[in-house]
Amino acid sequence: MTTPLPPPRKKDPVARTRAPTQPPGNRSREAQGLTAMAAVGRFALQCCADCGQVQYPPRQICGQCLGDDLPWRDVDTSGTLLAETKLHHANDLFFRDRVPWRLGVVGMDAGPSVVAHLAEDCRQGDRVNLSLNLDRSGHAVMNARPETPGPNQEDDMQLRELSMDPKGRRVLIVNGKTALGLALARSFKAAGSREIFVGQAEPWKAAPAFEAIKALDGVTTFPLDVTDTDSVGELASVLGGKVEILVNNSYHLRPGGAVDRMDMNVSREEMDIHYFGLLRLAGTFGAAMRGRGADGAHGACAWVNVLSAYAQVNNPAFGTYSASQAAARSLAQCLRAEMAPGGIRVVNAYVGPLDDEWHQMVPPPKLGPDTVAARVIRALQQGHEDLAIGAVAEEIAERLAENPKEIEREIKL
Amino acid sequence: MAEGGLLSLLMGGITGGGIRVVDLTMTLQPDVPTIVMPPEFGQSWPFRMEEISKYDHRGPFCYWNNLSCGEHTGTHFDAPIHWVSGKDLPENATDTIPVEKFLAHACVIDCSAQAEADADFLLTQDMIEAWEAEHGQIPARSWLLMRTDWSLKRDGVAYMNMDQEGAHTPGPHEDLIPWLIEERDVIGFGCEAVGTDAGQAGHFNVPYPCHYHMHGNNRFGLPALTNLDALPPQGAVLITPPLKIRQGSGSPARVLALVEGEVED
Repeated sequence: MTTPLPPPRKKDPVARTRAPTQPPGNRSREAQGLTAMAAVGRFALQCCADCGQVQYPPRQICGQCLGDDLPWRDVDTSGTLLAETKLHHANDLFFRDRVPWRLGVVGMDAGPSVVAHLAEDCRQGDRVNLSLNLDRSGHAVMNARPETPGPNQEDDMQLRELSMDPKGRRVLIVNGKTALGLALARSFKAAGSREIFVGQAEPWKAAPAFEAIKALDGVTTFPLDVTDTDSVGELASVLGGKVEILVNNSYHLRPGGAVDRMDMNVSREEMDIHYFGLLRLAGTFGAAMRGRGADGAHGACAWVNVLSAYAQVNNPAFGTYSASQAAARSLAQCLRAEMAPGGIRVVNAYVGPLDDEWHQMVPPPKLGPDTVAARVIRALQQGHEDLAIGAVAEEIAERLAENPKEIEREIKL
Repeated sequence: MAEGGLLSLLMGGITGGGIRVVDLTMTLQPDVPTIVMPPEFGQSWPFRMEEISKYDHRGPFCYWNNLSCGEHTGTHFDAPIHWVSGKDLPENATDTIPVEKFLAHACVIDCSAQAEADADFLLTQDMIEAWEAEHGQIPARSWLLMRTDWSLKRDGVAYMNMDQEGAHTPGPHEDLIPWLIEERDVIGFGCEAVGTDAGQAGHFNVPYPCHYHMHGNNRFGLPALTNLDALPPQGAVLITPPLKIRQGSGSPARVLALVEGEVED
């Protein structure tokens, strides 16, 4: 059985907050293939196109037949724990702060034997499941858990270093005036978040979702307008030292493109909310969160951007909206690099069309807010970095990987 | 200025006593609400301010800001070109209105009790006539200012007072406006709410009648005023120049009133 997670405690005002450190982060270009798989929650390894041999660690040439065509394929996650050990001493600063640390060798059913981080309740000889997870340096590592989950499995401290579990953490949801904001608040609450802070812009414009949020236990609402630098700064001065997961779900969709709907005001509003809004949040909350990346079992861990799938390829029916989302996506990559020293994961959730008022004229499939919220929570629990939510976003991701020109030409509502 | 001249008398009153200068202007700050339009329509930008420098690495000698806002933000001046009814009139924009029109007498009618009792209160001709019986007729080329104490509502939600049927804020009755123009020749209408029309005026027979008739007759609007309680019913002089924006439909204005009498403690 896994030791239950201790409840979060109030901060000791005279204890120094540990500075964030990173586990070793050097990887070969081939090994970054593992990072790409871990980022989206896949368990894939190189498999030789000639002889079928599954490779680990990643390499340029097949270890068996010297073939050089090694495509990444999803493989069986099962294996047997052949050996286990507990590290009691480390010269590496990251592990030095965290010993004892359990490691083991897993014989994969797919072939290779791998060194993996071990969940607390894995024992030698046990059947285990492997996963690829991003560690605090943002690189992929192997992680083994019992095939049959034990009690409190999600409380495993080594696993929490690899995930961004909302349990016991304090969350800021930037926009409480949409159905997604409400679904996120409910889902974080169900996932065991300690406190949920929710922002509201233009309070004189009523929103049913916000009224429902106000009625939830454990939720506190604040004025927050991402288009107002003062407003964002004021909230950061109140919450900057508390927020452990920030969810930027700012949203301002208006149909139209560049030629057929030339409207600088609408386009500027989109940029102000999606791009400059993220910039304002990053500039005010970023440093405070980054400084708390190693603040105990409930330290700051994640920054989630809910972005449109059209951030990756422009949908001309929502042309300027797509462009503002692309700007936000680029800035999120910058944020990812800047937050990395604190071990704060920047998660980009790409969503397809939502089933809301502004997508009235868009044919199904459209996403319900609960689906999006559930996927965000799961990504945090499992440690994913990029997620495509819904059939449209998944298809865009696939087609972009296959042929970006094809989807640029053919994208439809 | 020549001693004993008209302007020296005026300045003597301002600096030496006898004339009070009252600020009728809201402070421009980011949380000041701007008028709400249906979301598929164009929206007015709210007031926003970004620091250029504050005696720091961005500019060690000075503090200054970049601003953005719509023309109709905070306490502001509505020019006739603002409304479709006034679009073809001469001298109808902030840069072409004769500047002497930015100085005018003001009549102030106190509707604060009625507005407190009913957020949708509408000011009628009967009330004006009763007011005139007490304070004298509205002179030609005067502002009519509707005091409601609405500007005391500092909270944006209470100030805008919106529900699913729109805003609920006091304003002029639709029949009052033509009468004010034809019978009293007012220069414009001013009030404390976010616009010169009542919150529900979009549902009137002529939607937004104060805008429609006032601007259609080359008169002005002066919404989002404050401190109207400091003005006498008759006799104040308003200074209301908008920024000289080319073909501007309005502009935030620092609206001042000159009031005869000593400063009240």
